[in-house]
Amino acid sequence: MTADVHLDAMTVRFGPFTAVDRAELRIAPGEFFSFLGPSGCGKTTILRTISGFIDPTEGAVRIGGKDMAGIGANKRPTALIFQNLALFPMMSVADNVGYALRVRGQSRKQRQKRVDELLDLVALGDQGSKMVDELSGGQRQRVAIARALAVEPQVLLLDEPLSALDLKLRQHMRRELRAIQQRVGITFIYITHDQGEALTMSDRIAVMNRGRIEQVGDGRTIYDHPDTDFVASFVGETNALPGRVLEMTGETAVIETELGPLSGVNPRKLMRGSAAKLFIRPEALRPTSGEGLSALVTAVAYEGNLTHVSLLAGATPLAMLLGAGDGFAPPSPGETINLAVTHATILPVSDAGI
Amino acid sequence: MLASDGHPFVLLLPFVVVAGFWLLSLLDPKPVHRVSFWKRNGTAVSIFLIVAVGLWALFMIVLPQLFMVEMSFRPKLPPTAMGGARDIYTFENYRYFLYGSTRDSSNWNSLHLTAFFTTIFVSVLVTLFNFLFSYPLAFYMAQVATAARVRLLLLLLIAPYWINEVLRAFAFRVMFAGSGVINRALQGLGILSEPFDFLGNNVALYMGLSYAYLLLLVFPLYNAVESLDRRQIEAARDLGAPWWHIHLFIVMPHAKPGIASGCTLVLMLTSGALAAPLVLGGPRTLWFTPIVYDRFYQAFNWPQGSAYAFILLLTCVAFVLLVLRLTKLSLGEMTK
Repeated sequence: MTADVHLDAMTVRFGPFTAVDRAELRIAPGEFFSFLGPSGCGKTTILRTISGFIDPTEGAVRIGGKDMAGIGANKRPTALIFQNLALFPMMSVADNVGYALRVRGQSRKQRQKRVDELLDLVALGDQGSKMVDELSGGQRQRVAIARALAVEPQVLLLDEPLSALDLKLRQHMRRELRAIQQRVGITFIYITHDQGEALTMSDRIAVMNRGRIEQVGDGRTIYDHPDTDFVASFVGETNALPGRVLEMTGETAVIETELGPLSGVNPRKLMRGSAAKLFIRPEALRPTSGEGLSALVTAVAYEGNLTHVSLLAGATPLAMLLGAGDGFAPPSPGETINLAVTHATILPVSDAGI
Repeated sequence: MLASDGHPFVLLLPFVVVAGFWLLSLLDPKPVHRVSFWKRNGTAVSIFLIVAVGLWALFMIVLPQLFMVEMSFRPKLPPTAMGGARDIYTFENYRYFLYGSTRDSSNWNSLHLTAFFTTIFVSVLVTLFNFLFSYPLAFYMAQVATAARVRLLLLLLIAPYWINEVLRAFAFRVMFAGSGVINRALQGLGILSEPFDFLGNNVALYMGLSYAYLLLLVFPLYNAVESLDRRQIEAARDLGAPWWHIHLFIVMPHAKPGIASGCTLVLMLTSGALAAPLVLGGPRTLWFTPIVYDRFYQAFNWPQGSAYAFILLLTCVAFVLLVLRLTKLSLGEMTK
């Protein structure tokens, strides 16, 4: 069984501090949904409010259409996986996984079958009798998942559970989490500050900043069509050039920057004269033999499949990313090259930028 | 065997035990990378530590206790007969505890035996009561209260203990006396028509005993509960556990070493308390420590007093070890 989660104009305040500001969001049943944002943006507060450890100051949390006000964390159809996992060190792996069943009054014998099933689900079938501290980081991760799934929650909440793992394991666990989610078919709500995790696993992502949800969409939309300058600069690398809109024509506009007039798409329909920023992804800059921005190559970092090129156009540093298959010979430091811009986005300037 | 022949053995015993433990430690597999005690502290500090701790333990704790044990196996003799032919090792002091006579074993020494078992039983109850009182307090301080609130509570807990134990016992006596504050308040409120004899009925004694060593339970508990990661409590709650289940199966197992060390301290000190029973005990009160005291200073029978004290100590140690075994806890864990 799975359920949808509806944040209905939810605000959470701690004294004078507003941690979450009027979050309005519908998460579909069975969706893998991520909250992405820097630390302190309110994403963990949202998660703790959904799980019932914090009460919303205003608005409501609805799970499966039911208002959760007054329902404690131990009565909600949610399960939370903590950042540090919070496994019980004095219990064996099997007892950890079976804890929720024990709380519901099942004897060791009754819960044995379900515990074995869950351990098999997370590929820990033969580790049940070990103590938690005898397991590796990735195995502990899976114990936490099995423990949370024991009572068949309708919504699984995950608070940056991969942040303590090393890179290789993290990438492996991303695939594994996604696979487990598809197997059990329940709603996963995932909190992360790592855009790679959010982009690879999620059906949809909400990008948060200073307690507000800035944009909700699938990974491609967030990356290619950011709504705000915060989203553009937080998700992925980007070159930001401040300026003023010179003219707008249909979907595009021209903006006067310190590198001269440049054009880009204008999704927010900015009018002539308004302050704006032009965002160019590193992979949207290309060396060209024809007309273009003139820039000095300051450093070249070769990474095998990718080459990072650092440039200086006038006084403005720019970053360019060349793929191995793009067919461009990487320039050398000290060279001056011309640059073409294949895609750029113009967005209004807000004070919330990073 | 003559008692005078026994002294060299008593003096030798600590060294034999230390040597035995040292030999045992040689059998243990050594951790590979560990700076030796000697290297870590330097020669001068190492010598000081060994000599200071060794002398303190030997002369202040081990030898006095051993001589007391040795004395408990000797008969009561006038000073002139000590070391003479009648000064032999004997069980008569222990026999007296059981039968009320050094020779005859037809009647039980019911007065002393009742006092002994009452003392042990009441001490266990006092320890349980202290635990029930201290645990919520310690949990509140360790996991719930703000830092400022904890400081205030600690001050309120510690301040009364700046007062001497005997004075505190007298304060309890004043409070619980027939015309004391509590009786007058209860009469003023119309709950009692006659003053209640708190002292004669041992209420004051049990209250005084409970209060005397309360802090020694609050602090180990507070330390143990405080080291529990709050997210484990939240995780249990999130998995559906009601509050009592969380305390019973998450918090208490984690705090087990603290519970054990605190309860051991309270049990040992309560059963050996002297000030509270002397000051707060009624005329009919049976408590074991005043009896031991009387053996020494009223009957001037030091060997018998030693035997009585040793019996109390041994029983308490055995009881504690039994409870530790039942709760699957080792002595080493307790000191954590």
